[in-house]
This record gives sequence, C-alpha cells and structure tokens, in this order.
Amino acid sequence: MDQPAILRVENIVKTIGGQRILDDVSFAVKKGGLKVLIGPSGAGKSTLLSCINFLSPPDSGVISLDGKPVNGKSKKELLALRQQVGMIFQDFNLFDHLSAMENVRVALIKVKGLDKRAATNRAMEELARVGLADKPSLYPAQLSGGQKQRVSVARALALDPKVLLLDEPTSALDPELIGEVLTVIRDLADEGMTMVMATHQISFSASLADEFLFMEKGRIVERGAPAVLLSRNSGSRTQSFCAKLSELAGDASCEIAS
Amino acid sequence: MEGFLDFAVNRIIPALDAGLWTSVLLIVPASLLGIAIGVIVGTARVYAPRPVGKALDWYVSLFRGTPLVVQLYFWYFALPYVSIGGVNLVLSPMWASIIGFALCSGAYQSEYIRGGLLSIKRGQLRAAQALGMTPLTTITSVVLPQAFRRALPGCGNEIIYLIKYSSLASIITVSDLTGMGRSLAKSTFRNTEVFIVVGLYYLALVTVATFVLRAVEKRLELPGFETKKD
Repeated sequence: MDQPAILRVENIVKTIGGQRILDDVSFAVKKGGLKVLIGPSGAGKSTLLSCINFLSPPDSGVISLDGKPVNGKSKKELLALRQQVGMIFQDFNLFDHLSAMENVRVALIKVKGLDKRAATNRAMEELARVGLADKPSLYPAQLSGGQKQRVSVARALALDPKVLLLDEPTSALDPELIGEVLTVIRDLADEGMTMVMATHQISFSASLADEFLFMEKGRIVERGAPAVLLSRNSGSRTQSFCAKLSELAGDASCEIAS
Repeated sequence: MEGFLDFAVNRIIPALDAGLWTSVLLIVPASLLGIAIGVIVGTARVYAPRPVGKALDWYVSLFRGTPLVVQLYFWYFALPYVSIGGVNLVLSPMWASIIGFALCSGAYQSEYIRGGLLSIKRGQLRAAQALGMTPLTTITSVVLPQAFRRALPGCGNEIIYLIKYSSLASIITVSDLTGMGRSLAKSTFRNTEVFIVVGLYYLALVTVATFVLRAVEKRLELPGFETKKD
C-alpha cells in the first residue's frame, strides 16, 4: 500500500482562450495501476492527458514521474519525459507514409538511436504483441481502424514507457472493431502496465480500473473504486452517467461483472 | 519550304543540338536548386519563427510579383553596378540565368511545398511529439516525406514551366536552344522552319521530363498517396 506513485499530478490548472479547462486537478498512479477518466465531453479529460506529457503544457501545477517533478521549461526534460510516457490517441495518428512496422520502428531509430536491425526486431516483437505479426508491411491506408489503433499501441510500447496515456482509444472505431483493441488493453493491464485512460467504455474499464475519476467542468468531482461508484444505489454521478450512456446505447450493461 | 529536310538536317539540327546541351545545363541545375529552395523556404514559412517566415513571404511575393525578364536583367546587367561591401559581383550569362531561374522557381515551389505541409494532419505532429521526437526530426522524418509526395504533381508542373521559361536565357546572350535558333534564323532568313524545329525540341524536352516525373511519382507512390485515383 505504501508503494510510491510512479506518476503524480498535482493542482493542474489549464486555461485555453480565457476558459478554465482544468481547475486544480490532482491524482496519483502507482506502478501497475489503472486510472480511468470518465465524464461528459468537454469535461477536460483529453486536456488533462495532454498536460501530463506537456503536449499542452499546464499553466500551473506539478507533474512528477518517479518522484521527480518535471521542469516544463527544459526542452531536454520534456523529450525525456515523452519517451517514458506513451500516448494513444482517439484517431490513432499513425504516420501515413510508413508501413505498420516502420511506424513502430521510426522512434526507436530517430529517438532512441537504435540501429536499423535491432529496431526492426523490436518493432516486429511489438507488432506480434498486439496480434499484427502478419501485417508489418501494410500501410495505414490498408489497415482497419482497429488494426491502426493496435499499431499505435505497439508504437507507444516500443519505447518501454513507464506510463501509458490513452485518450478514448476506442471512440473512433466501428462497434465491431472495439473488441480487438479492448483485448489489447486488457492484456496490458494484466501484464502490469501503468495506465491512465479516458474512455466511455465504462463497464469494460470497471473490471480493470483501480479507480474511476469522474470529471466535469475541469474538475474531478467524484473518485473511487468502480464497484463502489457503480453499485445500483450509490447515487453517484458516475452511476447516473453510466446509466445514461447505456440507455443511449440500448443495452443494460452498466454493471460490473464481479 | 523547299529543301526543308536538307536544311533541317544540315543546318538546324547541328545548331540546335549545341544549344540543347546548353539548355539542359541550365534546366537541370536550376530545377534541382529550385526544388531545394522550395523545400527549405516552404518549410521555413510554415514552421520557422515569425520574423523568418515573414521575410520569406516577402521573397516569394517579390519573385512571383516581378517579370522573370526583369529579374534576369537585374542579375546580368544591374548586379555588376551593385556594390555589396565593396565587392561588385559579375555573373556570367549562364550563372545569371541559373540563379535567376532557381530563385524564381524556388518561390513557386515553396508554395506547392507549403500546400503539402498544410495538408498533414496536426494529429501526426502530436504523435511525433508524444514519442519524444524533436521538432527537426518531426519535420524531416514525418512531415516532409508526406508533404513532398503530396506536392509532387505541382512541383513537376513547375519544372515543366521552367523548361519553357529557360528560353528567356537567350535574351541575356546565352546560346541555348532559343538563342541558337534565333541566330540561325537571322542569318538564313528561314524563320518558319527554324522556329518550328525549335518548338519541337522544347516539346521533346517536356515529353522526356513528363516521363521522368511520372517515373519519380510512381517510385515514391505509397498506399494512401496515390496520385491517380482509379
């Protein structure tokens, strides 16, 4: 229980165009932990994730990785931070001119300085890990959405990140393709990957998350174990949000398996 | 047009062959330099700090906004009178033409490259950044390979133009295809025959260039970057 947090987010404030997108947000993740960000669109989930790796630098607050606060002013520190914090985007953001294997390999060569052979081997290993060992030479234009997202997971994993940030990894996918990506995420969780994930897949993530963080208007308004927040008569915001989502989806899946 | 074939074979073709070589020596370096300038200027206009970008916008406006003939006159006739730090630069007709063409072509090429750069989705830049790539690596490994492919049809078009406006070198005394043709026409008074053959030479050059450009496009083609949709 006293294990120190690998990622600590303290008092993050972010204002964009005069609007407070993040308002004093704090949380911490332990090694192997999985925090899930839930909440309506515009709550600040994506912004929070991109503040963590300084893709949009926070106005104030502290991000610490492995106990060391990150100095956002140092370009060198930011490059080092980003190598240790992988990110998965809603719309994959694969490099369109590179094959699946090259997408995974490019940062190994250009960022980590691996030679081509070692990088290729590593890239093939990561593709195999996400079940795409047979598709290394296909280009993004030839892959389905689910396959693209799995390549992007492999690309992030290749750098051996300490933490993986997932920004609605299945939101841009056709319903029948969501499963293959969720399977990869579940495998990662089982292997002990530390993750922070924004998602609307509440019942899926309930079985993996150690904590739900419910966000609204730039604040974390509710937090707790999924089982507690989702219990039928908890009266929680999370529960009613989840109920609304599953009503819209036309299924009654807003419950947890366990 | 009596004896056209004889005249063409004995007089026009030997003269134009000499001019052809000169034209090629103008076109090849000028188009390569033009592309290099276009890539650097186009990239800098999109990604460099504001003052640099602004200055390069001015460069493009100037070279697209003034007639190429005037630019060539400047490089050849006016530059020798411009003292830069006590040094007066005198360019040979060939160099004045190559520099003139390259700078003009580069201004246009930078527009095509800029268009290609802007077509790349911001998400890919964020992904590169999230992987810890420096801005320079992002530009050279992610942005330019895609932008160049998207810009290629436009860049090729500009090279075709360059082949034809290279004929302007003849007005600053370069004996290129047009220059050689004009002297021959003057001395023989057979304008019709000479200029028809000169035209055919340019047509041949453009045909070869089209072929080469198509081969380059084909070689750089990737799924998702097809230049021809079928």
